[in-house]
Amino acid sequence: MSVSTQEINKLINQDYKPGFVTELETDTFPPGLDEAVIHRLSKVKNEPEFMLEYRLKAFRHWQTLKSPDWAFVNFEPIDYQAISYYSAPKRKEDGPQSLDEIDPQILEAYKKLGIPLDEQERLAGVAVDAVFDSVSVATTFKGKLHDAGVIFCPISEALREHPELIKQYLGSVVPHTDNYFAALNAAVFTDGSFVYIPKGVRCPMELSTYFRINAANTGQFERTLIIADEGSHVSYLEGCTAPMRDENQLHAAVVELVAMKDAVIKYSTVQNWYPGDKNGLGGIYNFVTKRADCRGENSKVSWTQVETGSAITWKYPSCILTGDNSTGEFYSVALTNNYQQADTGTKMIHIGKNTSSTIISKGISAGKAQNTYRGLVKVLKSAANARNYTQCDSLLIGDKCGAHTFPYVEVKQPSAQVEHEATTSKISEDQLFFCQQRGLSAEDAVSMIVNGFCKEVFRELPMEFAVEAQALLGLSLEGSVG
Amino acid sequence: MLQIKNLHVSVGDKPILKGINLEIKPGEIHAIMGPNGSGKSTLSHVLSGKGGYTVTGGSATYQGKDLLDMAPEIRAREGVFLAFQYPVEISGVSNIYLLKAALNSIRKHQGEPEVDAMDFLTLVKDKVRLLEMDEKFLYRAVNEGFSGGEKKRNEILQMAILEPKLCIMDETDSGLDIDALKIVSEGVNSLRSPERSFVMVTHYQRLLDYIKPDKVHVLAHGQIVKSGGAELALELEEKGYSWVEEAVA
Repeated sequence: MSVSTQEINKLINQDYKPGFVTELETDTFPPGLDEAVIHRLSKVKNEPEFMLEYRLKAFRHWQTLKSPDWAFVNFEPIDYQAISYYSAPKRKEDGPQSLDEIDPQILEAYKKLGIPLDEQERLAGVAVDAVFDSVSVATTFKGKLHDAGVIFCPISEALREHPELIKQYLGSVVPHTDNYFAALNAAVFTDGSFVYIPKGVRCPMELSTYFRINAANTGQFERTLIIADEGSHVSYLEGCTAPMRDENQLHAAVVELVAMKDAVIKYSTVQNWYPGDKNGLGGIYNFVTKRADCRGENSKVSWTQVETGSAITWKYPSCILTGDNSTGEFYSVALTNNYQQADTGTKMIHIGKNTSSTIISKGISAGKAQNTYRGLVKVLKSAANARNYTQCDSLLIGDKCGAHTFPYVEVKQPSAQVEHEATTSKISEDQLFFCQQRGLSAEDAVSMIVNGFCKEVFRELPMEFAVEAQALLGLSLEGSVG
Repeated sequence: MLQIKNLHVSVGDKPILKGINLEIKPGEIHAIMGPNGSGKSTLSHVLSGKGGYTVTGGSATYQGKDLLDMAPEIRAREGVFLAFQYPVEISGVSNIYLLKAALNSIRKHQGEPEVDAMDFLTLVKDKVRLLEMDEKFLYRAVNEGFSGGEKKRNEILQMAILEPKLCIMDETDSGLDIDALKIVSEGVNSLRSPERSFVMVTHYQRLLDYIKPDKVHVLAHGQIVKSGGAELALELEEKGYSWVEEAVA
């Protein structure tokens, strides 16, 4: 009568709500990648000459690299010539438009996803940049942000309007030589968000970007750059969804954050890319390089991520703690179900004196999924009195999934203090029966137990996202109890 | 309240209960006693709906409904409460959160509105005082780091708040020292009412010094081999279980 493992599996499986396709006329490049494609891409986006050179340099470097194979994930080699590198809804001219000019179908798609782009309808206090396939289709509240001196625009616009900032910062945290997917991204990135917070400014609202992959057989190569100048403060949110398709699609993003003296950046992600069906068919390959440079003294960067989607996640939001007394934080919930695979974690590189970092990672595995935490804490000789605290917890639902932890610690400074704690637990049938015996349904019981497990991470999320994240976890686990 | 007729239950191929007959009227307290392996815990698990057991014959009727046909959460919402022998720990979920979720799911089932946050707090604090518990317990994770006695008291707290009609207590006295036993018993006694029935599964007579049963049944080899009043428990204490076991053999 009570729940068996079989029923647990039933509970986890449920429909992927954002899985719809929007029918649109698009400008899409034919599949294939060579220098001519990069020339064309740069031209379509009306980029300055230096960007084309940067892209070509990255492309040539990428060709010398091999796809990394050290992560605990399995997938067929990707045919990069079979992917289209640019797809955009057709429109009259380039550049962001006013809302009236956007294809109503796109507005409808965002509305369906719960992201109305109409400023009147938005949750007060959140500005949105909406990236649809390869282009940004709308950025809200630009005027209000402009008054505060904040630049928040598509990165393709920043390339044209703020080339000095781009030249100074793009690739300064994640160089095009960093890794295979970062090199590919530098060569072919299409859009993403650009944020600049001037000295001493506290950004008046939450900034957010909503990434949507719609077209088939395309890759999304997003590039985001956030610069928080001295004493500034910004909270940025990112959300992601894609339609359900049988083919795997590649999402290879690069996110760079720069925090100057006394600046604070809070970066939150709720990632819900299509995870593939329950037999492991389709889904997004989410191969992402995210890194922050705490360049100035007393700067602080906090990464919070809730990862429930993607067939494969390969992602390590990291902090380079360059400035003295700087702080890096990483709070993560990664949930994998069915045949999903996640290899995620962080790197905390301590360079400055008195730098400190905190890592709280919560991995949840259900179905036949594999969930891996991989983290590096590196304390250089220069980082006197550096401190790190790592807590790494895994929760298993059912008996066919796996949880793995690979913590790496390199310490070259004797005054450093590094702590690591790890636990692995299981939602037991006894726990479920106990909750049911108190009147809760099995679904509510699993959701309650999982939310309890993730509490330390959820409280780091901005309010609007915390609710969404909790609901998302519940949805992704529906059908996991049986 | 509850009629059990000729109930047969197996685990795998192994028969555990072999024809249990029992009738419990509203307001009655029945003690089920018996040696280890006699099927006492199986009986409380089957009545509350735990998985892993197969009913191979007989019936259990609760308030006129087929109890064995209901999902465990439905039984709970209909007023069947199991006080666990080994209450589980749930990290990250506070006691008060679980209590509120449980109470609301029961109220919803009974067609009542969700409890108001302030009223709930008042109710909970009243019951906490009654059981001589520290209010801090409410905000700690469910049973996490609780001592054996604290866990059992927590079960009684849940019982006091959810106000079930049929309370099944599975070896509630095990692992309790004498002071904790007293507090738990007082808690149970305070919940006695003409509408509420109790089934107390216990190995020892000592719990019955504090909670006086109306009927005592002795379970051996999956059957009720002897029934009587409260005095039967004292007789068992003196003569041991072999006395009744031999009587049937």
